[in-house]
Amino acid sequence: MLNELGHFALILAFAVALVQSSVPLIGAQKGWAGWMAVGEPAASAQFLLIAFSFGALTWAFVTSDFSLQLVFSNSHTDKPMLYKISGVWGNHEGSMLLWVLILAAFGASAAWFGSALPPRLRARVLSVQAMIGAAFLGFIIFTSNPFLRLVSPPFNGQDLNPLLQDPGLAFHPPFLYLGYVGLSMAFSFAVAALIEGRVDAAWARWVRPWTLAAWMFLTIGIALGSWWAYYELGWGGFWFWDPVENASFMPWLLAAALLHSSIVVEKREALKSWTVLLAILAFGFSLIGTFIVRSGVITSVHSFASDPQRGLFILAILAIFVGGALTLYAARAGAMQAKGVFGMVSRESALVLNNILLAVAALVVFVGTVWPLVAELFWARKLSVGAPFFEKAFTPFMLALAIALPIGAVMPWKRASFARALRPLWAAAVLALAVVALTWAVGTNRSTVALVGAGLGSWLVFGALAELWLRAAHRPMRLARLPRADWGKAFAHGGLGITFIGIGLLTAWQSEDIRVAQIGQPFTVSGYEITLDAVDQVPGPNFRSSTATMTVRQGGKLVATLYPEKRVYPVQGMPTTEAAIDNGIWRDVYLVVGDPQTGGGWAVRTYIKPFANWIWAGAILMALGGLLSLTDRRYRVAAGARKALPLQAAPAE
Amino acid sequence: MLKPLLLSLALLATPQLAAPLWAVQPDEVLSDPVLEARARELGKVLRCPVCQGENIDESNATISRDLRLVVRERLVAGDADWQVLDYITARYGEYVLFEPEARGVNLILYLTGPVALLLALGGATVFLRRRRKGDAAAPKLDDAEARRVAEILQE
Repeated sequence: MLNELGHFALILAFAVALVQSSVPLIGAQKGWAGWMAVGEPAASAQFLLIAFSFGALTWAFVTSDFSLQLVFSNSHTDKPMLYKISGVWGNHEGSMLLWVLILAAFGASAAWFGSALPPRLRARVLSVQAMIGAAFLGFIIFTSNPFLRLVSPPFNGQDLNPLLQDPGLAFHPPFLYLGYVGLSMAFSFAVAALIEGRVDAAWARWVRPWTLAAWMFLTIGIALGSWWAYYELGWGGFWFWDPVENASFMPWLLAAALLHSSIVVEKREALKSWTVLLAILAFGFSLIGTFIVRSGVITSVHSFASDPQRGLFILAILAIFVGGALTLYAARAGAMQAKGVFGMVSRESALVLNNILLAVAALVVFVGTVWPLVAELFWARKLSVGAPFFEKAFTPFMLALAIALPIGAVMPWKRASFARALRPLWAAAVLALAVVALTWAVGTNRSTVALVGAGLGSWLVFGALAELWLRAAHRPMRLARLPRADWGKAFAHGGLGITFIGIGLLTAWQSEDIRVAQIGQPFTVSGYEITLDAVDQVPGPNFRSSTATMTVRQGGKLVATLYPEKRVYPVQGMPTTEAAIDNGIWRDVYLVVGDPQTGGGWAVRTYIKPFANWIWAGAILMALGGLLSLTDRRYRVAAGARKALPLQAAPAE
Repeated sequence: MLKPLLLSLALLATPQLAAPLWAVQPDEVLSDPVLEARARELGKVLRCPVCQGENIDESNATISRDLRLVVRERLVAGDADWQVLDYITARYGEYVLFEPEARGVNLILYLTGPVALLLALGGATVFLRRRRKGDAAAPKLDDAEARRVAEILQE
């Protein structure tokens, strides 16, 4: 019964979305206040209906209602509760439902917190947001209904893919969707502004928080996925340049570019049409990502629902929204007059460089991702583009970005000089060079990757600190009173530096050992003495495990006792490895146990991974930087300030 | 000479099919660390032909194990890295190369980044130059305005 209600609520939400996507839009065009006002209650209603539908599906998973096809295919009564819940979005239909739930939540929050927005703009934003909602609700109802019943409910389910039964992965998709879908707000604002033919500082101030939030969630989502791959897949890789990873990385790069260009619009009223274009493209790449994951046109480890019909539907959505927005852009972009004037050397120009590097890097990732498809379509060649290509083609852009970033960040607006911008940074440069020297001295191999990664990373970190010191006018007391946006900037830029250091040193210095370990016989890897003490058969809730007990010693002192596992999930008939990791600031000791060998002993792989955790620590700092910027005073008080002067005419300059 | 070797390997591998093979196995590792290091580098650029986007070192498929052994076989026989890659692509096609050869149409793939970067930098420079000139030219005041400005300044 509840399932049918959930299904019905979804159809009602579709109807509400259709109303919301037309009535306020017409109202805004004709100036009818009553029609414009429909947007707000409709957005709330749409959100509540989808939330009810999502709740109904979650309930079906929690109670293991196997009369639902979806629950039967993705759940099992023995599965722990956390994974019963995360199983709701561990499949195509449920994850699409989560997608539209988040979409509606963003739309509803624009309705709830956007009371200070000009009513016309708000009506148009809500309409565009509802158009996206209607398109995806239609997609779910017509091609991917999660509420399909089975005629005769089976006794138990088929369980969730064991790789997905993991806390890291339970929360990876929701964050990623919050990011993808958050960019829809920037898109809706951009389209509304194009319809209006007006982009100004106030518009940028409205768009930026949504973009910041989306970027922050994307950062967390990508980091969670990378961290999960690191500990779960059993060889400690953190990024594979898989098409689906790329699909989340391209919107991230463009969202980062959009964040920076919207600062220029907000502070200087320049780069307006470029910013609008970026907002369209960033969400466009989210849709492309959705298409890549769900259509199966590009083979990937992740594509969990490959279906040509669904692919076609999403391709149509993509074509209509991105094509429509770009057409509108072509017609209206000329109307946006830039105001701010700036010199060739200035903060504005530095941000243009940032945008060029990020956008071209995203283009490289895009071309590399679709190249196998293009080559097969036009030249009938079956080829692959993987990590070795991306590492060579993508990295130079990030290196250039890292070199320029601290300099651009301290440049003043309008007009600057290199010499003056470099002055507060010389200490940072000296410290970064010292880190390079230290890396050279400490490193076991003279790897350039280590030197470049550590050097540029510390240049970013010290550069961020030097900038804070500069903004506080060299007085420690003032640091606490700096605007949160300044702190957010320092955290985000410093976090990027930490990630650089982690990637550089891990890539250059990691060591690996593969061997047959006999029980009780110690072996040595990079100064660590490792012993396989025992291997026991342990039953789990929905799996069987061979758990090894291994001790790690250094200089005779016990460092850690680790329990790597090999699990077999009988329902799916799938084995997984559970690596055991001794986490540390300077290194991870990473142990994997394999199969028993015919001559006795077990296959064991040992990795020493220096600075691994810095990669994700940097990502956390970046996300924290986003959060700090998001809570900056100017966003908190902006709404109130605008309410105080509701009838502000064109600024009298 | 290789056929019987592959065959024997295939036969050896068959009983293990029941249990999955986890990436590089201890019995595959060459005793010469330099050769083994080269084998690992090659393993990273070769794609497992039956998996979804994994290289042969990461992959658990039987065919990846065979490919890893072929790589080592060729290295021990004294092949250079490119000869090993040629040997394998001649048999499995360019699909197994994770880094497509920078020849022919693939040049589009390799040149997109640099060309787009140059175009963007050039375009931005021209745009900024032209805007500065335009701004310098635009706000010329006519005589009446200039007089009014002078009046205001004097007040």
